[in-house]
Order: sequence, then structure tokens, then C-alpha cells
Amino acid sequence: MAAVDTAVRIPEITAHHVEPEPTGWVSWVTTTDHKRLGIMYLVTTFVFFLLGGVEALLMRVQLGAPDNTFLTPSTYNALFTLHGTTMVFLFVVPIMAGFANYFLPLMIGARDMAFPKLNALSYWLLLAGGIVFYGSLFFAPPEAGWTSYAPLSGSAFSPTSGIDAWIFLIHLTGISSLLGAINFYATIANMRAPGMGWGRLPLFVWSILVYAILLILALPVIAGAVTLLLTDRHFGTGFFDQSQGGDPLLWQHLFWFFGHPEVYIMILPGFGIISEVLPVFARKPIFGYKAIAASTVSIAFLAMLVWAHHMFSTPSATIVLIFFMISSFLIAVPTGVKIFNWVATLWRGTIEFKTPLIFSVGFISIFLVGGITGVFLAVFPVDWQLTDTYFVVAHLHYVLVGGSVFSIFAGIYYWFPKMSGRMLGESMGKWSFALMYVGFNVTFLIQHAIGLDGMPRRVYEYPDVGHLGLYNLISTIGSFILAVGIGLTVINVVRSLKVGVKAGPDPWKANTLEWFMPSPPPVNNFDAIPRVRSVEPMKDVRRQVARQTASSIELGEDPSMSESRA
Amino acid sequence: MNRMPAALTCVHARTRRRVFTLAFAGAVAGGLALAAGASADLLTPESGGSANADDIDTLYKIVLVVATVIFIGVEGALVYSLVKFRARKNAVAAQIRGNTRLEIGWTIGAAVVLVVLAVVTFAMLGGIRTPPNSDADGFATPVVQNVSSASAFQPRPPNGRSLNIKVNGQRYVWRYTYPDDDDNVLNNAFSYVEMVVPTKTTITLNIDAQDVAHSWWIPALGGKFDGVPGHTNFTWFKIDKPGVYRGQCAELCGRNHADMVAQVRAVEPAEFKTWLETKEREIDENNAGALERRKADAEAATTPAEEAP
Repeated sequence: MAAVDTAVRIPEITAHHVEPEPTGWVSWVTTTDHKRLGIMYLVTTFVFFLLGGVEALLMRVQLGAPDNTFLTPSTYNALFTLHGTTMVFLFVVPIMAGFANYFLPLMIGARDMAFPKLNALSYWLLLAGGIVFYGSLFFAPPEAGWTSYAPLSGSAFSPTSGIDAWIFLIHLTGISSLLGAINFYATIANMRAPGMGWGRLPLFVWSILVYAILLILALPVIAGAVTLLLTDRHFGTGFFDQSQGGDPLLWQHLFWFFGHPEVYIMILPGFGIISEVLPVFARKPIFGYKAIAASTVSIAFLAMLVWAHHMFSTPSATIVLIFFMISSFLIAVPTGVKIFNWVATLWRGTIEFKTPLIFSVGFISIFLVGGITGVFLAVFPVDWQLTDTYFVVAHLHYVLVGGSVFSIFAGIYYWFPKMSGRMLGESMGKWSFALMYVGFNVTFLIQHAIGLDGMPRRVYEYPDVGHLGLYNLISTIGSFILAVGIGLTVINVVRSLKVGVKAGPDPWKANTLEWFMPSPPPVNNFDAIPRVRSVEPMKDVRRQVARQTASSIELGEDPSMSESRA
Repeated sequence: MNRMPAALTCVHARTRRRVFTLAFAGAVAGGLALAAGASADLLTPESGGSANADDIDTLYKIVLVVATVIFIGVEGALVYSLVKFRARKNAVAAQIRGNTRLEIGWTIGAAVVLVVLAVVTFAMLGGIRTPPNSDADGFATPVVQNVSSASAFQPRPPNGRSLNIKVNGQRYVWRYTYPDDDDNVLNNAFSYVEMVVPTKTTITLNIDAQDVAHSWWIPALGGKFDGVPGHTNFTWFKIDKPGVYRGQCAELCGRNHADMVAQVRAVEPAEFKTWLETKEREIDENNAGALERRKADAEAATTPAEEAP
């Protein structure tokens, strides 16, 4: 190991005086501190997650029995529209921005985001989007699904203003995400700690970098598309109206040109969280750092080229179908590489079964299923049978709940000590995981069979034929188990804020810079920004402390082991 | 839990760990058992009505076999490493940062599996996309050439002869228009909801939509094809034995989307001939009757109304 670096000093600002942190609700409303905004993001999006979850439970109750009359068709259609839109635009995408807000500056050794005021604006636009959208509950919620296909979303077939609320939500949350993405990009590009080259960027930061680039590429397309829809609805244009020379398929192309990158926007930061958690609890460096970073970039590139695999059953030439099948196959390769690398990270480690690790492992085992069913759907003749059925519903939930939600929960359990200064209850966390894991699989595994049995998605009722009644009942029971599991984590968080064990700066003996500071970190983050010498700066710090104090501080690893690359 | 003595915590942690390992293994084993004892509709799409649905089913099963092998391999490696490499006293984690050869190996391996799947798909595509000729004893069908929207991707049997039915999606019903030998579409036989077709005969469908997008889907007769306003989509099927095949609209089309059902009733060619002739006669009679009524109405309109106040 290199000796303490004293030869090269770069000029840096050292804080001599720190203002005490302001308190009171005004200080929260006016804050531009990335940590406070991060917490506001996390809390707000989690509330929307719970709302979306209640909507899902209502739908599952309706589908619990054949020919059920619990909900009317219009309520049911409104519920799946609200559920899908909420989960995508108000939960998964912005909660990743919440994690990034809090931890990205800490992980790269910055004192805040590049544009703190813009950062606050991003949050308030997100909240405004959510309020505008849920405001539609008081007049006429949209009923055209989160995809809002034309012509169904046009003024002729959706005359009420629910669709307009949806368009407003897309615009507001879109600007919010776009500003956030520019902020993340600028922060990562310019504000890394001395010594943190691209090869030493934490993998979570890599994933946020790519998340930001994908948002910048994809969001303007949907913003344009919903603006065309808005003028179609109110100002007499006919972009999506075939009788005026427009084309309903144009909407589908524009929507999915955004919509598929959006899927990776939702999952890549989750991949990043998993790539941070696994090495910490396996007590082993991440296996194939470069391969994981490179696969993140190549997934993002391919994500821009696969959109029409959502449209295999539309009128399309065979050559188009073949192109999108091949491109969808290609994206499975870097995704598979990531899974192999994660398993290899666990291999020959000393795995500590703490809750963040358990959620990460649950993520791998579930996400794998979603990835594999994705290959079924990429084979377009097979997709002709499976698309728009419950098989697709199962697939997308294996990716988004199994993938994004489980990684988000891993992130919550991993980072809560840093944000609050207290640990979450381990025992309750494990129960929460167990119920979520069982509940999730009971809910969604059987939905593959429901789809194969011929049940389309987005139907408010189904006839009592075959096993549909039984399968749907199983799924409904599972959804309530899943809900109890999620509820336990909510209780755990609220409870631990008061009674949780004090965490200290580095309870997990982790690898990245956010664990360098006290928990929670002071307003200015770093008094002096440490110089980064490897991809695991905190390991270096602990090693140096051990050496300088000549103490027997447990390093969480055997320092005599040399790092090898076979 | 943190107030417990250290030793007790340790014991608890170990049992809990074991419970979780067992629960995880149980969930995986349960999934596999479910897969093994599964009935046809649990694991595979519906088929058995038409050759293209059967081919899709075969293709699906090939993907399923490959998928199962990969699933067991990766989940197995995951569970094995969780059990084998859990933290023990004196265990030391191997500080391995990667293995270039291994990583290149599994990247190529994943790519090869997908290349194989692509090749299999290409090999089976012809049978799924292109319809066969009708049987010799099928319904005598005209050559499909007067189809207004001839398209590069319209499927045609090798001899060009098929019964070409126009399928039109409307909120919330399907309309079927049968071909005849003149250019007037107003006197063609048509039906709603139930499509009657002859067996042993290649049926080609031209699918479009009246109002919003719909999706034509009879699972046992092949995949879905969206009817999108302003576009025509195509598919085909050929049924060997008489029977009824049910399906429904698969693209959200509004509040009653769930009730937009469709069914195909296959009958012997001779019976179909009778059915079609009856339909055409009924339509001709109705058209003639309507013409009479319109004439009478027109005359009544020109005659001064005497009893008008």
C-alpha cells in the first residue's frame, strides 16, 4: 500500500465555521440543501408509492372473483391508469432521484449539487405534478391507461379533462426530471473529489450518470408527444387522427421511444444500489467493476433501440419485427452480465445476512425471472400470444417490483442509518422482506398462467372459465401479503427514527465516501474533502486509521490479502 | 433485540439465517414443483386450433426449455453461494476483483444462447407468418387479388386462394364482412361477434378498426393482431375440425373493453356454403325491402299531407 500522500496537495476549501442547521417548517420549504431535498423526495415519492399500492389492492379485490361487481368499469379503468402513472412518474423515477440527491454529492465528495436552487425547483415541480394529477380525482380521473393510446385518449373518446391532468403531470414531472438530470450530470462531471477519476466512480454514481443521460434523451420526446396530444384535444390539430392525415400509430412510436428507455431509467439506479450493497456485505470487492459500468452504458445505448417491441402486434413489416427482436435480444446480454457479476461478487465472500443484503439477493432472484420472461416477449411470434395479457403484467412487475422496488428497499435499509443517524430494526426488516418476497411471488408468478390462460390485461371482469377464478384469487391473496410486508417497513422506519440504535458514521464498514462523515452528515458535508485513491475510498481510510493508530480496529477484511485479478 | 446479551443475539441470528435460507430454498423448490406438475394452460399458451398457433406453442416451448436451464443454473449458483459463503468464524473473503476470461466467456455464452433462439425463430417464422393452401375438399375460395389494401406483409397461401374476411373492431363489438364476387361491399354477407368459417380452408383476415385501436385475439387460432384506425393488419388461420374458438379484444378500447368478446365457429365447407348463401339472400331481401320502404317514404314526402293540421 502506498504511504500517506503528502507530496501532492491541491488547493481546496476548508470549512472553518459552519452555520447551525436551521429548523422549522420554513427551513424545509426554502431549503436548497441536497440532503433535505433528498429526504423530501424520498418521503413524497413513498407516499405516492403507498397511494399506488392502495389502488393496486382495490383492483386485486375486484379481480378476486369472476364477474365481480365491487368496482364499476370506469372506476377500474381510472384505477389502473392512476396506478401505472403513479408508480412510474411519481414513485420509481423520482425516488431514484431522491437517493441520488442525498447520496450522489456525498459519494463523490461534493458539498452540494452543482445547481442547488434548480434542485429545489425540481422537487417542487414533482410535487406540483403529483397534486395536479391527483386533483383529477375530484372531477374525472383519466381512464386510458398510463400509455394513453390515441385515439382512445383523444377528445372524441375521452371528452373529460382527466387526460389533460395526465398531460399536465407528464409535463411537470418531465421538466422536474429533466432539470434533475442536468443537475446530476453537471455534478458528476465537475464536482468529484480529487483523485476520483471515471474508473473510481462508485457504481451507483455510474448508474445515476447513465440515468441522467437517458432522461435527457427520452423526456423531450414524450414532452413533444403529449403536447401534440394536447393540441389534438383542444386546438383542432390531427397529429394522431387518421381522418386528418395523422396516425394513431405515431403516438405509439413516440410514446414507446420514450417508454422503453424509461424502463431502464427506472431499473438502472436500482442496479447501482445492488452493486453498492453486495460488496459491502460480502466483504469483497465488486466482481468486474469495469464490466458492470460498461454494461450500464451499453444497456442505455440499446435501450434507445428497442421501443417497437411493445408494438409487435401492430401492423408492421416483418423486417421491422425482426430488427426489434434482435435489438431486444442484444440488451439481454449486458443485463445477464450484471447478474453473473453480482453472483460472482457473493462467490467466496463472507456474506453477512443483514437486511440490505437480503433485499439485494431477493432482487437478483426475482429480477432474473423478469429478465428471462423478457426474452419470451422479445421473440415476436411468441409475443403475439403473450402481449397485452397478464403474462406481460407479471413480466413488468417482476422487473419493476422485483427489480426496482426490492432495490429501493435495499437502499432504504442500507442508507437509512446515514440519513437518520439510527439503524432500522433488523428483525422487523427481515420479516418485512420475508412477507414481501412471498407475497410478491404469490401475487405475480401465477399471473403468468393467467395470461397464458387467455386473460387480457386491463379488463375489469372476467368470466368463470377454466382456472381463472382460482388463479386470480391466489394473486389477490398474495397482494395483501405483499402489502403487509411493505407496511412493516413503514412501521420500522417511523419507529426507528425514535428508538433505533445509534448508527455512528460507518455502521456497515462500507466502501464509499458517504460513510466518511457523521450520520446524518453536517450541512456542508465535508470539512475537508478526502483524496480518493481507489474505487473503495473508505477501505483506504479505515486502513490508514488502523495503521496510524496501530490499533486492532476490525477492518472487515484481512489486510494481508493482496488484491488479485486472476 | 439489541438489548439482548451478545451470545443470545448470535444464536437468534443463526436460527433466523437458517429460516431464511430454508424459506428461500422452499420458494424456489415450490416454484419448480408447480412447474413440473403443471397443466397445459398453466405453462404454455393456448393452441390446437390452427397450425400457426401450434407453431407458436412449439417456439414458446423451445424458449421455455432454454429459460428453465438458465433459471435453474443462475438461481442455483445464487442459493449455493448464499449457503456456502455465509459469514463464519475465521472465514476470510477472497479479495477477487474480476476475471477477464470468465467475464468474456459468459458474455459470449449469453450471446450464443440468444443467437440460437434467433435462428430457431427464423426457421419457424415461415410456418407462422405464411398460410398454407386450403385442402382439396375445403371451401372453394376465390383468388385474393381484389383486396383494396394489398400490402407487402399481407399473408397469402402459395396458390393465392383463401377466404378473405374483413374484421372490423368497433366499440365494443367485432364485425366480419365476407367476400363476394362483385365490387359492391353493401351486399356482402356480414356478421357480428361470431365468425362462421369453413373447415379445411385457409382463412385470411384483414383487420382494421372503426373508432379506437382494438386487438383481434382468438388464442387457439394464433396470436394477436391490432386493428388500428387507418391501418390494415393481417393474419390467417386454418381449422381442421368443426368447433368453437373463443377470444376477446386485447387492446384497451374503453369502459366495456372486457366485454368485447369474439368467437369463431368452424363448420364443414358444405354447411358454410349454405350459411353464406342464406346470409347473402337475407341481406339481398333486406336491401330490397329497404329500397321499397325508401321509395314509399319518398312518395309520401312528395304527396301533400292531407291530415296535417
